Amino acid sequence: MELRKISDNIWEIPKQGEMRVPAMIYASAKLLESVRRDLTLTQARNVACLPGIQRMSYVMPDAHQGYGFPIGGVAAFDMEEGVISPGGVGYDINCGVRLLRTDFTAEEIAARRQELLAEILKEVPAGVGKGGITKLSRGVLLEILRRGAEWAVEHGYGRKEDLLMTEEYGRMKDADPAHLSARAMERGIPQLGTLGAGNHFLEIQKVSHIYDEKKARVFGIEAEGQVTVMIHCGSRGLGHQVASDFIEIMENAYGTKGLPDRELINAPVRSRLGQEYYVSMCSAVNYAFANRQMIAHWVRDVFARVMGSSEGMRQIYDVCHNVAKIERHTIGGREREVCIHRKGATRSFGPGRPEIPEAYRPHGQPVLIPGSMGTASYLLVGTAEAEELSFSSTAHGAGRVMSRHEALRRFRGEQIRDDLRKRGIELQSASWKGVAEEASEAYKDVDEVVRVSHEVGIGCMVARLVPVGVMKG
Amino acid sequence: MTQEKFRFLEHTADAKFQAYGRTIEEAFANAALATASLMWDPGGIARKIQIPVSARGHDLEQLLVRFLGEILYLVESRFFLMGSAEEIKIEKHEAEYALEAVFWGDANSDAYETHGGVKAVTYNEMKITKNDGYTVQVVLDV
Repeated sequence: MELRKISDNIWEIPKQGEMRVPAMIYASAKLLESVRRDLTLTQARNVACLPGIQRMSYVMPDAHQGYGFPIGGVAAFDMEEGVISPGGVGYDINCGVRLLRTDFTAEEIAARRQELLAEILKEVPAGVGKGGITKLSRGVLLEILRRGAEWAVEHGYGRKEDLLMTEEYGRMKDADPAHLSARAMERGIPQLGTLGAGNHFLEIQKVSHIYDEKKARVFGIEAEGQVTVMIHCGSRGLGHQVASDFIEIMENAYGTKGLPDRELINAPVRSRLGQEYYVSMCSAVNYAFANRQMIAHWVRDVFARVMGSSEGMRQIYDVCHNVAKIERHTIGGREREVCIHRKGATRSFGPGRPEIPEAYRPHGQPVLIPGSMGTASYLLVGTAEAEELSFSSTAHGAGRVMSRHEALRRFRGEQIRDDLRKRGIELQSASWKGVAEEASEAYKDVDEVVRVSHEVGIGCMVARLVPVGVMKG
Repeated sequence: MTQEKFRFLEHTADAKFQAYGRTIEEAFANAALATASLMWDPGGIARKIQIPVSARGHDLEQLLVRFLGEILYLVESRFFLMGSAEEIKIEKHEAEYALEAVFWGDANSDAYETHGGVKAVTYNEMKITKNDGYTVQVVLDV
């Protein structure tokens, strides 16, 4: 596909054919190489053809082929003429990341690392076909879908101030679970408070480098060697079912004729179906917020038991990686509401945005980018420039470059565990096969992804975190 | 005619496979095995209980998405691990296809090693082709 180079890290697919806007790709030459190997660019071009799309179809540095929209795709649609698409959010609605700081140093926990991991593995259910420890009634689930992390905090999971440090304050207010199918509810009931499997993980990390001391301090990172905890999971089967259900409902209503890809199916934002999807998606977002809230609470419990205290384990932030939202953005000099889709992308609001908690507002929003198993993760900060460059969005992770099947053929879980141990990283997992499938070689270089985000200016580096203990689902 | 039940193909992010069958029903049954194999070894699951499954779709693709979706639904809501999909019948009524089948397996998921995890069955690159027999191609979101 013809690409116009704008600068070292910025590429454009000029408007052509049925594209309503150009597509903009943020990638280094090296990242672009892997992007070109799959259907990412074709998918970005398809998104640019959708009604009501504003400015550009954006592609983040960690992008790879998705279904309908690329993973790492960002697109904003006009509220009147535009659309909302389940494929623009993805199946794992509000797959996201939560980061807790601690007062501990890596040395202080070194001797207790295995115990911490073993205890966390006991407290936090993980893996395929493993249920949560809470039996929920349908009524309680409905409450959780409406109220998200607020419900969890009210029921003793975590602290009130955690809500302040969560995107949307832990609750999307537009949520209405009335349109969720019985199947979505049935998949949601046993899975609340579970990590899941696949790429989801829970990590004990240490700060390996601080790039911006002032911002790091604002977020609660004071020194290299300081321990943090990262939780990466989403809305589990409930969210997956909401996505599948609405793709089907929209297909049955509108048909698939003329769509280059069935998962580009969409509905006008203001239509009945568009609204039903939106309020259902918000419900799944809330489920994921509650899920991470509960897991964070159990992690604190384990630290309190094993290390004697969880006092300093303040939440730095919690971000969504798969979501559609109604946000205000400046387009053509005029500020207005749009329906923005971030699929495998992180919101990266700069200073002053009212959506950011007060303590962070003068500095910008914390952006959390998890690496792959055994590699670094990053704490970034949103920028004012990101508004113009990407509707305030940046990357969300490393992004795969190899299939699970191929990884399973090439790697062995036990070998990976031994290699990580030599590098000072303890690993516990519900499954060694699962570990092999998530080998870091199967992912892009997260350092490169973050460097591009920083250089383009859509999310700037604050601190680098490396794992000392990993729990895989 | 190949003896192979299914084969995984390279796909950067997700799991892509082709499943084969002399009939469309056999291809669907093998697609179910391929899907399960990403989470557990279907051959190692005890034949303890059977669960009747039905699905409808306005085309064969939608029927396949819904049928494979049953495996995910049953493991997550009832901890049921499917070992095999049997007695599959696919019929075309006026405007839609209807499928009936029986899943054999075990609902005691704690007794088995599971791994991976499949989030959803997608339409991405889905192809159902008839040659000597049938080939179905599926990409799973993992």
